[in-house]
Amino acid sequence: MRVTVRLFARLREIAGAAELSRELPAGATIRDLWRQLAVEFPSLAQYERSISTAVNAEYARMDHVLRAGDEIAFLPPVSGG
Amino acid sequence: MQLPLLHIGSEPLDIARISAAVTASADGEAGADGAVVTFLGLVRNHNVGRRVRYLEYEAYEPLALKAFQRIVLEIDERWAGVRLALHHRIGRLEIGEASVAIVARSAHRGNAYAACRFAIERVKQIAPIWKREFFEGGDVWIEGATADPEDDRARADAERAACA
Repeated sequence: MRVTVRLFARLREIAGAAELSRELPAGATIRDLWRQLAVEFPSLAQYERSISTAVNAEYARMDHVLRAGDEIAFLPPVSGG
Repeated sequence: MQLPLLHIGSEPLDIARISAAVTASADGEAGADGAVVTFLGLVRNHNVGRRVRYLEYEAYEPLALKAFQRIVLEIDERWAGVRLALHHRIGRLEIGEASVAIVARSAHRGNAYAACRFAIERVKQIAPIWKREFFEGGDVWIEGATADPEDDRARADAERAACA
């Protein structure tokens, strides 16, 4: 199944793209997707403990099971204001 | 045209128009409010010893607007009757420009002050917005709080700051 990945701030810079399209096996979780990206872009790995994650613009946990067409956002620690 | 109460955009923040939007949102009797507290966050020319040149902000807008809605609901739970506007600017901001504007309106000043302070603390904790600082000699993404809206400890910290 294909999903869309959204990356922000430093994560976007590490991957060199704000948006990626990736193929995942059925039943894959956010964590599976993250680990796949961290292999592709090793500098992402340092963020594993500090990222927040969202699916289709709703916060979701790493064990959330993904579906085809989902938009998954990886959010580094925030600094608004 | 009246501004929305919650907004993220690249245009300069106009505190008078944002305040007018809160006034117009009153569903009760006109004249029932005795206090309006406003907060503007400005781009500072220094940060941890660095000379700052300018900032760039980015947001995950749909989720950031939901975070703003959540902040409004949290304020409603804690300080009933307060009405709030919350606008955040994105893109490049120069020194002295406003990055965030908050207006809290209430029958009494105590709740308006507290809600305004709580709102900015929560924005910094849970809104998926990031600033990149361009300073003399380089640039850096600022990474602050882990954006977890369900972290009750962070919410309690914000309430403590609001009521200090």
